[in-house]
Amino acid sequence: MDSIIERINQGKFWHFHGGIHPPEQKSITSGKPIKLLALPKQLILPLQQHIGFQGNLLVKVGDKVLKGQALTQQSNPMAVPVHAPTSGTITAIKKSVIAHPSGLSELCLFIDVDGKDTWKKREICQDFTKLNRQEIIKKIADAGIAGLGGAGFPTHIKVNTKPDVNFLIINAAECEPYITADDLLMREQSEAIVDGIKILDQLLTPAFILIGIEDNKPQAIKALQHATKHIEKIKVCILPTKYPSGGEKQLIKILTGTEVSSGTLPINSGIVVQNVATCFAISDAVINDIPLIRRVVTLTGNALSKPQNFWVLLGTKISFLLNQAGFVNEVNETASIRNIPQSLPPVIMGGPLMGFSILNEQVSTVKTSNCILAPSRVEMPSAFNHHSNEVECIRCGQCADVCPSQLLPQELQWSAKAKDHQQLTQLNLFDCIDCGACAYVCPSQIPLVQYYRVAKAEMRQQQQLDIKAEKAKTRFEARKLRLEQEKIARHAKHKKAAAARKATMNKKSADGGTAKSAIAAALARVKAKKAAENKSTGVPVTSSEKQNDNDLAEISPVKAAIARAKAKRLAKDKTVEAPVSTSEEIIQIQPVSNDETKRNEIDNKKARIAAAIAKAKAKKAQVNKPSIEQIEHSTETEQEQTNEKTQNITTAAEEKKVRIAAAVAKAKAKRKILDNAQQASTTNNEEST
Amino acid sequence: MNILIAILVLGAISALFGALLGYASIRFHVEGEPIVEQLDALLPQTQCGQCGYPGCKPYAEAVANGEAINKCAPGGEDTIKKIADLLGVDVQPIDEIHEQGDSSQSNRPKVAFIIEEDCIGCTKCIQACPVDAILGAAKQMHTILIDECTGCDLCVAPCPVDCIEMRPTPETIQNWQWDLNKIAVKQVD
Repeated sequence: MDSIIERINQGKFWHFHGGIHPPEQKSITSGKPIKLLALPKQLILPLQQHIGFQGNLLVKVGDKVLKGQALTQQSNPMAVPVHAPTSGTITAIKKSVIAHPSGLSELCLFIDVDGKDTWKKREICQDFTKLNRQEIIKKIADAGIAGLGGAGFPTHIKVNTKPDVNFLIINAAECEPYITADDLLMREQSEAIVDGIKILDQLLTPAFILIGIEDNKPQAIKALQHATKHIEKIKVCILPTKYPSGGEKQLIKILTGTEVSSGTLPINSGIVVQNVATCFAISDAVINDIPLIRRVVTLTGNALSKPQNFWVLLGTKISFLLNQAGFVNEVNETASIRNIPQSLPPVIMGGPLMGFSILNEQVSTVKTSNCILAPSRVEMPSAFNHHSNEVECIRCGQCADVCPSQLLPQELQWSAKAKDHQQLTQLNLFDCIDCGACAYVCPSQIPLVQYYRVAKAEMRQQQQLDIKAEKAKTRFEARKLRLEQEKIARHAKHKKAAAARKATMNKKSADGGTAKSAIAAALARVKAKKAAENKSTGVPVTSSEKQNDNDLAEISPVKAAIARAKAKRLAKDKTVEAPVSTSEEIIQIQPVSNDETKRNEIDNKKARIAAAIAKAKAKKAQVNKPSIEQIEHSTETEQEQTNEKTQNITTAAEEKKVRIAAAVAKAKAKRKILDNAQQASTTNNEEST
Repeated sequence: MNILIAILVLGAISALFGALLGYASIRFHVEGEPIVEQLDALLPQTQCGQCGYPGCKPYAEAVANGEAINKCAPGGEDTIKKIADLLGVDVQPIDEIHEQGDSSQSNRPKVAFIIEEDCIGCTKCIQACPVDAILGAAKQMHTILIDECTGCDLCVAPCPVDCIEMRPTPETIQNWQWDLNKIAVKQVD
């Protein structure tokens, strides 16, 4: 490590492979200070402005919010809250087009600005050195800071690392053409940036802090050197200008000579990289209690008459910004002359190499938007060309020469076109940083980086599908296992019941008729259990019931026979008790000596009616012939039942009720199935017609 | 005599090597992943049963035993190609019976959706779902766990009130795919 510092002190740096030197175009905006904008009328704040997840909403439509008030809260460590950039009223929470190349809509908060710009209550921290680690991290997390360099990784996660950090690298390279936002911020707010660096120093306790800055920003270098001259630990490293030296891994390579291996994070090598704008946001959040509600945005390009850097409140519409910068809508003019339904002039969010075209001017600025580029036709003809000038690859190999990740862009391109994901993985497509250097140098004008982006999205999708398929498989197997277990359990239960029956049968042979009642009771218990299950159908029970459908169909004739037998037996019982009563009416009028018998009789009567219904239903449902065996069995039972004594009536009646319930449920289920079949056939018919 | 010696010697050598090879094949036996597992890994695991088998694994077993490889509708051509590569057989066009409806329709993956006002809580769909992605109880409204639904549409037919329909999953930033044919590629320099 000392040798690294020695080298840095001598002003010597390493080199990363490849890189390009596109025209810088920074002079368009670098000469003017950062301008404060008037408050826009409306702000549209997407709930998610970074990598990770969106937070939970804290406000509702109609709420008055104050400047700096949190609108969402962290639901997850990867979530970052958003704050009201100014005071006003929430008018809507709905989907709106967001700053993304897809032009898709996501949930956004619409804030009508009241113009008063009233702050929430802030707690200004006089001395951040007195805060402990957790307090600082909480402040950073609550302020909603995500990496402002472009990727938008939640900062509180990046700074919450294990203590062994060798190097804290502050990325001030700003290597992409046109963009001067960080340059201006460093010039104007160098003290605040250094405060932010000190806070990071306190959190991470790195051995050294290196500020990597390209040599095309002399004023910013001077400002930073001035602000850091009393701090030994911080070294301002002036790097030769080359694109993309601001890439995280490239900057690490230049400054320390370390290569962060594929698939690992810089922290694994003891390095943390933070953007300068993030440092500024951290100092604002920790010291002044200002959450991340504004950022510097470069509005540039020759289509603007007043290109400049602006302090932009997050959520400000692009159209508002373009108006402020004096946007000349040359395309629409020509389009109206030629009568072409030309939609939008090209407006690019981000830099010319890594940015994307905005499809809708209603898009608002988010935490990661550092530049809005509106080029003129002369300046960037390719942006106006809606057809691709791509020709065949001539295998010149220039793309491989400039690739900063030392990949093989040609090979990648062919594999990407062929959708050969395996080959792409072997060629380390995921190490591509989307810098666009390959496409910049390509003489055949192949938009290489676009192909990679497509392929990456497809591969990510495929990974998700694979994960989902794996999940589906385990769920399917778990379900199969469960059904199997249920089946086994059911069999065991049946066996047990059969054994119990047998035991009572044996007992019966010993002590005659009294055992009858025991059998009946056992049967009743089993049936009651079954009926209860049928009635209170939990999910698994019904599924088993369905499985049992076939069994049930077989059993139903037996059941019907039993029901018939019972009905007959009951009728006989009745005649025993009251020889006159043959019809139900007579039973009803029959005077009874005590209440119990009366209840019994009513039960009996009810049971008989229900049994009849059940019988009828079972008959209706039963399509197949009741076998002779069953008939025999039923007559047997009939005889047995007639022998039964009157004391047994109560149990018999209960049993009956239970059985009836079962039968009714069964019949209903069957009818539904039939209905289903009919419905299915009718729908089929409809479809076929 | 010479011939006899030659035969004996050669016989002995061949016996020796035979024994050696036999021993090696047992001693150094490499447990290859069974072909069924490999096939199962290629199938989309929707468990839809459109192939005529009660799940992806049974179909994988059937394919291993010589069933046609072109019956997986959700997997489509890609899956057929992969299976053909694995088994070293010719790619067959997808079975007409197993072809998925109108290909002009959006090819976004679909998941089941229960129209909750119409649901009577009959639990039939719950029983039909191969991956337990439907939540509900008897006489209670059911709902689909979208993240678990494989889009097999096995739950659609059993519904007595036709309250289940297959809806394409919404396109979000997370699952959005670049479409270079639709959005003009603009490489800006």
